[in-house]
Amino acid sequence: MDALTMHRLQFAFTITFHYLFPQLTMGLALLIVILKTMALRTKNGQYDDAARFWAKIFAVNFLLGVVTGIPMEFQFGTNWSQFSRQVGGIIGQPLAMEGVFSFFLESAFLGMFLFGERRLSRLAHWGAAFLVFLGSWISGFFIIVTDAWMQHPVAYQLMPDGTYQVTSFWGLMMNPWAWLQYAHNECGAVVTGAFVMSAVGALYLLRDGKSEMGRIFLRLGVTSGVIASIVQIFPTGDLHGKYTARHQPIAIAAMEGLFHTEKGAPIVLMGQPNMEQQTIDNPIAVNKVLSFLIYGTTAAEVNGLDAYPKDLWPTTLPLLFYAYHIMAGLGTYFVLLMGGAAWLLWRGRLFTTRWMLWPLLLSFPLPYIANIAGWMTAEIGRQPWLVYNLIRTASGYSQQVGAGTTLFTLLGFMGMYAVLSILWILLVYRIIEDGLDTHTEPAEGH
Amino acid sequence: MATLWYWIVAVMLAAYVVLDGFDLGVGTLLLFVARTEDERQQGIRAIGPVWDGNEVWLLAGGGTLFFAFPQVYASSFSGFYLPLVIVLWLLVLRGVSVELRMHFDDPLWRSFFDGLLFFSSALLAIFFGAALANVLRGVPMGPDHSFFLPLWTNWRTGANPGILDWYTVIGGVIALLALALHGALYLVLKTEGDLQRRARVAAGWLWPVVTAATLLAVPATVLARPDSLQNFHGHPAAFLAPAVVAVSLITMLMAIRKGAEVQAFFSSCAYLIAMLCGAAVGLYPVLLPSTNPLVESLTIANSIVGPHSQRVGLAWWLFGILLAVMYFSIVYWMFRGKVSRYSSTYGH
Ligand code: HDD
Ligand code: HEM
Ligand code: HEM
Repeated sequence: MDALTMHRLQFAFTITFHYLFPQLTMGLALLIVILKTMALRTKNGQYDDAARFWAKIFAVNFLLGVVTGIPMEFQFGTNWSQFSRQVGGIIGQPLAMEGVFSFFLESAFLGMFLFGERRLSRLAHWGAAFLVFLGSWISGFFIIVTDAWMQHPVAYQLMPDGTYQVTSFWGLMMNPWAWLQYAHNECGAVVTGAFVMSAVGALYLLRDGKSEMGRIFLRLGVTSGVIASIVQIFPTGDLHGKYTARHQPIAIAAMEGLFHTEKGAPIVLMGQPNMEQQTIDNPIAVNKVLSFLIYGTTAAEVNGLDAYPKDLWPTTLPLLFYAYHIMAGLGTYFVLLMGGAAWLLWRGRLFTTRWMLWPLLLSFPLPYIANIAGWMTAEIGRQPWLVYNLIRTASGYSQQVGAGTTLFTLLGFMGMYAVLSILWILLVYRIIEDGLDTHTEPAEGH
Repeated sequence: MATLWYWIVAVMLAAYVVLDGFDLGVGTLLLFVARTEDERQQGIRAIGPVWDGNEVWLLAGGGTLFFAFPQVYASSFSGFYLPLVIVLWLLVLRGVSVELRMHFDDPLWRSFFDGLLFFSSALLAIFFGAALANVLRGVPMGPDHSFFLPLWTNWRTGANPGILDWYTVIGGVIALLALALHGALYLVLKTEGDLQRRARVAAGWLWPVVTAATLLAVPATVLARPDSLQNFHGHPAAFLAPAVVAVSLITMLMAIRKGAEVQAFFSSCAYLIAMLCGAAVGLYPVLLPSTNPLVESLTIANSIVGPHSQRVGLAWWLFGILLAVMYFSIVYWMFRGKVSRYSSTYGH
């Protein structure tokens, strides 16, 4: 394989692995703050116990986020040096701000949150939890500003030496794409947190129907889960789609598998893109819906791929189509599942309804899949551009770093990350096993 | 303003070396100075609440380099591809070994992570020293300032060097020794009992070795890149850096003899900062020297980001660093005092 492919694979692999952890970090951080708030307001020690339990999982997950995040910070230089040379003056800014504004905050207050419960007042401990939450969400924001600039460049200027420079700092920060993407992405992180919390709650209740912890987890997990799942589709997903259609029409056509321009375009719910004949095999389609979703009227004409030259089509089109449909399909399932669970919760029957507890337990991997699929949609949809309409992916990589070298380092990352995954599963499994209704004491370590 | 950014990046990297330096030093020494499980835990607890925050200086410093001098970031990170990726792996291993050691109460599990901590900390110290030496020596740049260094060639400096040559190996060894001493003094400051006693003995042994290595570094650097002395001609203020190096070594020795823990540790901080300042002064205004006579070195002037970003950056950077210093004060204050030997509590 050529060097470009190796660089892409390495970047995609390391970022995808990294993103397994921050999504839970960001989601749980919010839920932990909610638990601490309830503990403050109700003076019920069980909420503190629950927060302490999730803090342990949070700590392990955070560690893996940190160690897999460090390589990301450096890969812009190591693997995409040509790109960094040209646009470093722009994307270096949010990346540096992420370090200065969020990593310091998170790392300082996480230690205090985990080990300071005895020494801090209740309010101060709540404050530590809140600052950890703030830090992780600020981190997500700056990263998304970076990515959004690549999707939809704004506030830039091409200099005579071939580099791009920022013309307006606020323009960069207020990129509408960034705010849409941020809303949708953070909501996705909350979905992950809510599903994981509900799954542990369901596990505890399936084991022991009287488990108090299980009830607390389910109550919070299902309530936040149903809200986040709905907001994920409407308004955030819907708006994100409309915006993408406006600014990346080729990506949308490819995501939807629309090969030919049509009035009253149908939406394809399922099917397999057939690249030779440029059709969708075995489609299940609903007429006119796509036109409606994008333009608000069923009659609108939607440009298909045939309206654009082939060298502007995303490079791995079927993967894009599947990734998008997996995300949207799972999103629909999440609303149905959490909606059902929330209804049972409201009727007071959830804790004893085993046929509902089982799917809640088993569904926790799905938000991870949906989030990764969402990122794949965004990143593959941007192809063949690295910065949309400005820099081609093929001209951004480090040309002096050869394919063999990159294959070597990619294999190294894969090996190391395989071991990290095993450790993560082992440690989290133990925390969950230990946590079944034992009353935990405030941690005093280090 | 561009010069200011040069010093901002230098300060952030110096903060990284001083702060994470003692984590790496402790990681290197712990296997030798802490014999029992209690002592090992004591050592780990001394760095446990702070190592992650310390490491952030590297990320924030790297990010700031990317932002202020994108050309330097792009050239050096791709040119030093292999050693950098190895550093990334070592950082992963170091973080994991500090945090996961305590998770299982099993002697084999713990010994494994003790060994891993030693391995990753010591190698990181060596790599950071070698990296600095590579920058001081310069690299063979192509026309667009890009280059790619193999891990080693013929172990000589000159037109076709590798990452490792005689000079950069010396740099790595000095860094290992200096950070081990730094870590020993941190342990003396933060612990008590047998661990503290052995750390003090280790510091006593390391001091003469570090001093000898420091004296060796000067002629070696001149040999590797003759014009590194240029800035010292005609700029007497530049001699401040070597003077502080000498003074801090002496006060460090006196403090070790007297048992003045605080003074010894801060002398070591001053020593590290002055060494790095010496290097930065020697380089200025170059960020990455080119050994290829046809290609200009990467300097402040030809790699700085645009003026708008420089200005805006200064505003948020000052604000952000103020916040960071505040967080660090809170954390170090909260975990002040000594890590006691038996109980699991920290201090008082
Ligand atoms: C739990 C996760 C999750 C779920 C259920 C959904 N999404 Fe999503 N989606 C994401 C998680 C995500 C994400 C990971 O957050 C992405 C990737 C990049 C980004 O900013 O957000 C994303 C991107 C993303 C994009 C941008 C693609 C691009 O930039 O080219 C669109 C148009 C949608 N989503 C639309 C939807 C719709 C219509 C959904 C529901 C039916 C939906 N998403 C469910
Ligand atoms: C927000 C920060 C991110 C930035 C700046 C970013 C940037 C990039 C860059 C530079 C590439 C390589 C060039 C390319 O092949 O397109 C890439 C590819 C890719 N990224 Fe991202 N990315 C980000 C987040 C993510 C996340 C969180 C994921 C997944 C979880 C992801 C998934 C991918 C995938 C799958 C590719 C490969 C696409 C392909 O090669 O066709 N990205 N991204
Ligand atoms: C190329 C893109 C990325 C880079 C360079 C990057 C860099 C990093 C680094 C260096 C850390 C460790 C911080 C520490 O030491 O405390 C980290 C953690 C984190 N990252 Fe990323 N990251 C990337 C993608 C993402 C994405 C897409 C998100 C989410 C939207 C994200 C969210 C986080 C969060 C919340 C953390 C905090 C702790 C945790 O990992 O659980 N990152 N990232």
